Parts: sequence; C-alpha cells; structure tokens
Amino acid sequence: MRQFRNMIYPYAVWTAIMIVLPMLMILLYAFTKAGNDVTTFRFTLENFARFFQDAVFLDVLKRSLVIAVVTTIVCVLFGYPIAYVIASGPEKSRVFWILMITLPTWINMLVRTYAWVGILQDDGLLNRVFALFGIGPFHMMYTTFAVVLGMVYNFIPFMILQIHTSLSKMDKSYLEAASDLGANRVQSFLRVTLPLSLPGVLSGITLVFLPAVSSFFIPKLLGGGQYVLIGNVIETQFLTSGDWNFGSAISLIMAVIIMVSMYLTRKVDTDPAASGRRE
Amino acid sequence: MAPKQRTGIGGKIILGLTALFFYLPILYIIVFSFNDSRSLTKFSGFSLQWYERMFSDRTMMQAIVYTIVIAILATIISTLAGTLAAIGLSRSRRALRNVVEQVNNLPIMNPEIVTAIGLLMFFSALGVNKGFLTLLLAHIMFCTPYVILSVSPKLRSLDPNLADAALDLGATPLQALTKVIVPQIMPGIVSGALIAFTMSFDDFIISYFVTGNGVNNISILVYTMSKRVNPSINALSTLVIVLITVSLLIVNLVPIIKERRREKE
Repeated sequence: MRQFRNMIYPYAVWTAIMIVLPMLMILLYAFTKAGNDVTTFRFTLENFARFFQDAVFLDVLKRSLVIAVVTTIVCVLFGYPIAYVIASGPEKSRVFWILMITLPTWINMLVRTYAWVGILQDDGLLNRVFALFGIGPFHMMYTTFAVVLGMVYNFIPFMILQIHTSLSKMDKSYLEAASDLGANRVQSFLRVTLPLSLPGVLSGITLVFLPAVSSFFIPKLLGGGQYVLIGNVIETQFLTSGDWNFGSAISLIMAVIIMVSMYLTRKVDTDPAASGRRE
Repeated sequence: MAPKQRTGIGGKIILGLTALFFYLPILYIIVFSFNDSRSLTKFSGFSLQWYERMFSDRTMMQAIVYTIVIAILATIISTLAGTLAAIGLSRSRRALRNVVEQVNNLPIMNPEIVTAIGLLMFFSALGVNKGFLTLLLAHIMFCTPYVILSVSPKLRSLDPNLADAALDLGATPLQALTKVIVPQIMPGIVSGALIAFTMSFDDFIISYFVTGNGVNNISILVYTMSKRVNPSINALSTLVIVLITVSLLIVNLVPIIKERRREKE
C-alpha cells in the first residue's frame, strides 16, 4: 500500500514553512537584539533580563497566573457536579445536555464575552436581580470578578465535557461491587468514582488553564484598558510598541510556563499514588 | 456511569442553573439588539434600527463578507489538504508520521497568541502585505490540523486491503481514492470540515495579528467596536449566533431525520 504515501510530502513541506518556521522565528527574536537584519544577529539574554528585572512585568505575570489558577479551580468546583449530574442521567437527557453545553462553545467567544458587559453593569441585570433580594448594587464591571467570570464562562464547557467523558466511560459494575462490599454512596463516590474520573479532571485542567493564562481579550473587554495580563503585554509589544524581540521573549516565557504546568499535570495523571489505583 | 435513573431534584436545579448561566447572556444580547435606545441595561422599546445601521454600515458588511468568504475558502482548502495529508500520513513510514503528527499538533497545543505572533513575524519577514492573503493562509494553517485529527481515526479503522483490492481489480489510484477510501472516511471529513468552518468563522486572536489594510472579520470588528457602547454590535452578534446555531442544528438534525425515515421504511 504505497500508492498514497507520497501525498504526505506537500503537507510536510507546508507545515515546515507555516508552523515550524514561525516558531523558530519567535526563538530567534527572543534571543537577539532589536534592529538586527538577516546578516548580523546579535544574540543576547537582555529581553529576558528586562522582563524578570521589572517589577511591573513580574506583577503582570503573577496576576495572570493567579487568575488562571482561580479560573481553573472554579471550573473544577462547578464543572464536576454539572458533569456528574449529566452523566448520571438517562441516555436521552445526556445527549441533550451535552449538546446544550457544546452549542455555546461554537458561538464566537468575543460575542459571548461581550454579552456580559450589559449584565454586569452597575445598573445591569445582575444588580437588578440582587436588588430584588435587597442586596447590592455591586460594582462588577472592570474588576477581577468580571475577568474570572468571563474566563469561566468561556472555558468551563471544556472541563464539563472532559469530566463527563471519563465519568460515562466508567464501568458501572465497580459501583455495584463497592456497594456489595458495604460502601455507602459517599464512600463509593470518594473511593471509586472520583479516582476513576481524575484523568478527565486533569485534561480539563489543561484545557482551561492554557487559554486562561494566555487570554487577552477577556481582560480587555471585562477588565477594561487598565487591566493588564501577560497576553495584553504581548499584544502591546507586537501591535503598539513594535518591540518584537521583547514580545517574543515574553511569549516564550509564557509558553514555558504552560509546558511546565502541562508536564506537572500529566505527571500527576501517570503517578498511581496521586490518581488512585487505575490498572 | 452508574445509576441510569431520572435526575433528582438537586440535579435538576444544577442543570437549570447551568442552562441559565450559558444561555442568559446569549438571550440578553439578542433581546438588546432590538432595543430602541443605546442603553445596554434598559430595554425601552422594540426597534430594528441597529439592524438597519448594521446593514447600511460598509465596514460591518465588509467584515461579514470577509468572514464568510475566508471561512468558506479555508474550509474547502483545509478539508481537501487535510484529507489528502491524513491518507498520506496513514501510509507513510513511522518516523516521518511521528514528526508530522507532532508538528501538526503544535498549533492545537500552542496558545493561539503564540501561533499568531509567529505568523505575524513570518509574513513580514517574507515582505507579504498583511491583508486578505495572509488572513487566508493563516486560517488554512490552523484549520488543517483539525481536519487531519478528525479524519485520521477513520483511516485507522479502515481495512488497508480494500484499496489494494480495488487496485488489483484494475482501478487507478485516483479511482481507488475517490471510490473506495473517501466514501469510507466521509463522516470524518464532514466533521473535520465543520470544525474547520467554525474555527475560521469564529477566529479572533490569529486573525487580529495577521490581518491589515482594512481587511477585518466579525471578531476583530466586535473587538475594536466594543471600546465604545455601540448597540450595532448586538445586532451583529445576533446575526452570528443565528447563523452558527442554524447551521449546527442542520448538521445535527439531518442525520437524525434520515435515521427516522429509514426506520419508518
């Protein structure tokens, strides 16, 4: 079956040009000085030094990480019960609810994020609902709360879908065995269901953390112009101040952080002590 | 998952709140697109003025046209290229396959902003003017990996002897491809094309970095317009929501209806 083997070469060349080369350019720019042309590269670590020596940038990095971690935690805390309820329902309602969760993810993220602007205003829908209960009004727009809410809204479907997949793959007989052996519902959840669904939680965490840490339009739309996360710094470097070398270095730092966190997540996943006993 | 019973009252509350959380903002934006004042918070009366403004606004109409044209072109090209690449990939040597698969995963695994700035620097190093062409190339670049990911599993479950049999029976390679392989992997191709279309239609980050010279798509327009209160965004958003929802419903419902008809016969 060799006839179609050659069909891979055009795509291999395309990926080398359109995927690999741009990545190499980021590396090259990150480690060189501004103003170089093709003949005279001056290698330097200055771009990285500038980032790590500036308290402003370190603050931005810290804030981005905190917001991404908080978003991820909120997504697990709310996503797990939702996935659990969906997965424990009858087949027909499962299909329906998975479609309900998936449908919004197909709609433009910017549009869905912008939708919250009216809801979160000082005289917006949420504050009017609060007023019915005699609380508020709260100032929500352009706060960390709004940014985290926007991120959770956009990214929690990934978490729900991942957890749901691993819950519905679970072998039902394990639970019967647990209850036959005298476990009550809480025990069988904690010792059977939860450990078995952990791979889903972990891949959900990766799928939420990655876009959360690199997001730049959610902070811009819901946090306002003053609200700067690392994605916004990269945007500014490339589209406003035009310092590509520094911008490349920052995105490299971000990529390394993401890779390290993905590696750690995967390590937990393959470590039997941490993820319960899976065969 | 274990108990296949009806969802309890607690579960129903959780599901109800989930639906509210996901759909309230979408409904909100649709309702306020018909508002007759500029306010995003007070609905003062029904009007179609924001739709009129949208349809008479040249930049908005241009963005809609660009979005649709790019999405259609990127879908066609990336579906064709991705299907051919996936077939080639399934037949090629393991070492080459591994490398191409890894590289193919890069745009999916990388944060979009990293892919975006890579392309931005790449295009300007080539001296290409940012605009329609760079936008289209970028969209083909990030759509094709998804097509390959969606077609490859279908190829893996395909019996490799089938194509061989066709060739032995005198089919040309092209015939073996179009009459034997492609029909078998059609579901993968269709879902790959659907993913490609919505990825391209909805893309913001990569488009925002690689476009220029006044070529905008809907997402970029929403981003730049949202800095000021402008209810035309609501009208535009409603248009996007309706377009995507209708096409998704068609894609999801057509197989179900076909199935029902077949059962009746």
